[in-house]
Amino acid sequence: MARIPSAAPADRFPASGRRSRFPYLFTAVFAASVLYSLRAAQVDPRRFFEGDALANVARFVRGALPPELSREFLGLMLRPALETVQISVMGTAIAVLLGIPLGLLATSSLMWRGVLHERWSRAGRFLLGFVPYALARAVLSVFRSIPEYVWAFMFVRAVGLGPFPGVLAIGVAYGGMLGKVYSEILENVNPRPLETLHAAGASRLGVVLYGLVPQALPTVVAYTLYRWECAIRASAILGFVGAGGLGQQIELSMRMFQFNEVLTLLAVLFVLVAAVDFASARIRARLA
Amino acid sequence: MARLPTARPSRAWALWVGAGFAALLLWSWRGTGVDLAGLFGPEGLRQIAIYVGKLFPPDLSAATLRAAGAGAAETFAISLIGSLLAVAIALPMSLLATRTLLYRGILFEGRPLAPAAKTLRVGLYACGKALLNVLRTIPEIVWALIFVFMVGLGPFPGVLALGVHTGGVLGKLFGEVLEDVDPAPLEALQATGASRFRILLYGVLPQALPQFVSYALYRWEVNIRAAAMLGFVGAGGLGQRIYVAISLFHEQELMTLILAIYAIVTLVDALSAYLRSRLV
Repeated sequence: MARIPSAAPADRFPASGRRSRFPYLFTAVFAASVLYSLRAAQVDPRRFFEGDALANVARFVRGALPPELSREFLGLMLRPALETVQISVMGTAIAVLLGIPLGLLATSSLMWRGVLHERWSRAGRFLLGFVPYALARAVLSVFRSIPEYVWAFMFVRAVGLGPFPGVLAIGVAYGGMLGKVYSEILENVNPRPLETLHAAGASRLGVVLYGLVPQALPTVVAYTLYRWECAIRASAILGFVGAGGLGQQIELSMRMFQFNEVLTLLAVLFVLVAAVDFASARIRARLA
Repeated sequence: MARLPTARPSRAWALWVGAGFAALLLWSWRGTGVDLAGLFGPEGLRQIAIYVGKLFPPDLSAATLRAAGAGAAETFAISLIGSLLAVAIALPMSLLATRTLLYRGILFEGRPLAPAAKTLRVGLYACGKALLNVLRTIPEIVWALIFVFMVGLGPFPGVLALGVHTGGVLGKLFGEVLEDVDPAPLEALQATGASRFRILLYGVLPQALPQFVSYALYRWEVNIRAAAMLGFVGAGGLGQRIYVAISLFHEQELMTLILAIYAIVTLVDALSAYLRSRLV
């Protein structure tokens, strides 16, 4: 069961006789990394005032105002805007489809640790529990550590230009994140109801369905909605590598120095993101 | 426990939301041309197998490894300095986005502002919020394009892009943290006659700081991934090399670079988790 309460603070505050070296080490390493990074990133504020940097800003601002609001342009941009929403919805749906099974497999309390497995033999726990658990964790780690636009780039190669590679990229990258978070939510549920069900003789499936799922569901739904908010931003960006949506139009207008179109597109993106944030926040508030 | 009658409308509401999502999903399915059957059909799987086959073995020649190492180091540098710049932008901006510091709540109990001063401060708050919204809404990659246009190619515009966008995100989050602090210590300070500045310094900030650190570390994890992307528009780092490798069909080199991204992202995630456990 849970740790003895008095054990927790001892982890954080080492015995008073031994002074922690952590603050000094941290400061030294941090300072060294910052100094190195300042050089490696070629940070040089003077570049703002060299050449025609400021003139370029003026050109950009003058070009962007007033924004392009002709009926024809707005009509043309309606489809990419809707496509951005559609990519985010489908991408999140695929992420959930990937995240639920992988997340379940990556939950230690479901696979090999804790109350569900007290009757298993050690070898059984290892083969049927720990091995799939470790594999699922590894897959999730690869899925989420490769950024979504790299996935998009590769999927564009695999299935061609358009919204479909964007959907797959968001599905895979966000599937990795959702799976990890789902497993953390499932591991952190209160074990008491599970133990009660177990003691009452409930089957393993019964314990999961009636003990685990009701506790975890609101958090799972809320986190998924939060990811959907992130997905709409991501789906706008993926267009830059040819995966449809608003991003592709922003890139085109930028490359052709049509800054007034860029401004309009950014405003459209703002409205879309705000609408999704609003819808998702309303639903999450009702769930909480 | 018996279901209370008040739960009924919430069930109807859940049905409506569920139906709405089903419709949204169907519409998106048709609009995005998702073809999972084609992808996982024999032809699709064959194509994937061919592509994956080309990625292996990764190119481990000295030149590629050196390029991947340099790219990873540059990406790390962009993410670190970009995140620090973001914190530097967010800290002052968040003060403008916090109503409880500007015009309402406990700091102003018993010491009401003059109407003109209050109007000014409400206006200040609105401006602060609006500016943060603009910084936050424009994606990093668009900021990167703008800064490349201003200061030229290289990692520096990448740093600026991350700093400005993340500054908007953190400014909003910091402002929310400042508004949500526990008011009890502030009341205690106020009862001792502490000035507003003292209350901010000794009552609000100590409560908010751990959350600031936690949010900044979380955004650093986001930024290491973003830093690797900004190279696509000429803002340095691994992204630039990945762009070249994909465009030239150098698949084995691409695999090495992807491994480098995986390594640097995993490293930053681990560092951030470690620092969070030590600092927060």
